[in-house]
Amino acid sequence: MTAASPADVTPTPVAALEAGAVRVSLQGTEILHGVSLEAAPGEVVALMGGNGSGKSTFVRAIVGAIPRDAGTISIFGKDATPDARRLIGYVPQRVSAAGGVSATAQEVVASGLLGHRTLRPPKDTDARVREALSALSVEDLAKHDVSRLSGGQQQRVLIARALVRKPQLLILDEPMAGVDLQSQVALAHALGHLKEHGVSIVIVVHELGALTRLIDRAVVLDHGCVTHVGEPPHDLGVHALPGHDHEHAHEDPPPAGRNSLGLEGPR
Amino acid sequence: MNILAEPLVQRMLLVGLLVGMAAPIVGTYLVQRRMALLGDGVGHVALAGVAAGWLAGSAAGLAQRDALAIPGAVIFAIAGAVVIEKMRSKGEAADVVMAILFYGGIATGVLLIGMAGGSNANLLGYLFGSISTVTWTDVWITAALAIAIVVIGLGFKSALFAVTHDTEFARSTGLPVEVLNLVVAVLAAVTITVAMRVVGVLLVSALMILPVAIAQHLTRSFSRTMYLAMGIGAVLTLAGVSITLTQNLQPGALIVVLGVVAYVATTAITSLVGRRGQAS
Repeated sequence: MTAASPADVTPTPVAALEAGAVRVSLQGTEILHGVSLEAAPGEVVALMGGNGSGKSTFVRAIVGAIPRDAGTISIFGKDATPDARRLIGYVPQRVSAAGGVSATAQEVVASGLLGHRTLRPPKDTDARVREALSALSVEDLAKHDVSRLSGGQQQRVLIARALVRKPQLLILDEPMAGVDLQSQVALAHALGHLKEHGVSIVIVVHELGALTRLIDRAVVLDHGCVTHVGEPPHDLGVHALPGHDHEHAHEDPPPAGRNSLGLEGPR
Repeated sequence: MNILAEPLVQRMLLVGLLVGMAAPIVGTYLVQRRMALLGDGVGHVALAGVAAGWLAGSAAGLAQRDALAIPGAVIFAIAGAVVIEKMRSKGEAADVVMAILFYGGIATGVLLIGMAGGSNANLLGYLFGSISTVTWTDVWITAALAIAIVVIGLGFKSALFAVTHDTEFARSTGLPVEVLNLVVAVLAAVTITVAMRVVGVLLVSALMILPVAIAQHLTRSFSRTMYLAMGIGAVLTLAGVSITLTQNLQPGALIVVLGVVAYVATTAITSLVGRRGQAS
């Protein structure tokens, strides 16, 4: 993935995310067999692959939710310690939007302001939470019980929880799954805005859909190995299909002179 | 009015108020984590601690043989809660671990109390509560522990909410998830030991969980649920203790029955009123 590119003549800027040969085992079974991924500042990388390909495991290892057996992960050139991870905004799969006690969107988003050395909410919490909810057009839901919101609304609240941290690297795991069209459009709009402001985004997706125009590069995983790096697969979903036969790992030629507006979508 | 001048009555009301307020704080975190029954597992381990303290007191030849009962309960309860937390975080089935502690705790308690030369009757006060025998020393110990629960449970509410609400996200933010999980476990153990005196091991979970369950009918916010549950817990314990001053009823059992009645009533009322006003 780090094959020489014409830009190598000048000193390469520090990557927002650099994961090298990451190996992860869950319950004694190796799930990731040395996965690497790099995201430049302001770059949007789609992480694709079928069910069980290891996409979620990979992002969970990046954010430190699960330990890795081997490999390196650095965030803006620093080893991914809890302190370095303060630059990350993570949006996990929407399975944990509700606990046993009701919580408002305001409370859920405010929890995004905590961190390694921040065990208590900062003074400007309310204003920052409002700002994050507004960025996803859900400010009117601040006082609503998250567990009673629609899937799309819940997803927007979880993204607001990541954005309230003002992350330099945003990592989203299947944000479009079970999300209504209106929320998909709001989400794509918010991500486009972040990209314009130089935020790097790694996004796990099954289908690109409304995100197509944002994606700079796709990395496809299959059975815990990288099988494709480059343009998003033109036949959407082919690489993502569980039965897709990847006989060999291949790498698409890097686009000549990366277009800062991103690649044109398929079709 | 005169009855309030009685030192025993003052002690009972004071302990009831402290425990009634403190127990739902931890209860809110346990319900949030869907571990409402943790109190039962740890409570029974605390009972083994009571008996172990009793045995140690007898062996040391202390005049008051149960002087070490509460310290024993605190130590055993903390150990039990930490074991459950460790197993849970390793992905073991927490309900099975709790069930084993549940049986193991009560059986060990019965065996140890026998070895200490006591009878199972000595354990009854801990099983069903014995608020009518509290001394001023008990009041001060309860006050100190209740204040610790309130200060930590409310002071770190945001961080503890973050960890119990979404552990994976909390870990990604760099929050010390393991430490905060242990804080919840230790707070739960201390709460159980404190509440044991009022309602007894068998009903200790009720005092932590019922006020939270009632509060959940009335608000949709996590913070408000916690504050409201503290108020409900205090009202329940004070009402229960007050009634038993004039009626010959068991205080611990009465408090729990009042809680269940309040829960059923709020459930009925809120479903009648309908679910309007979803926002808190």
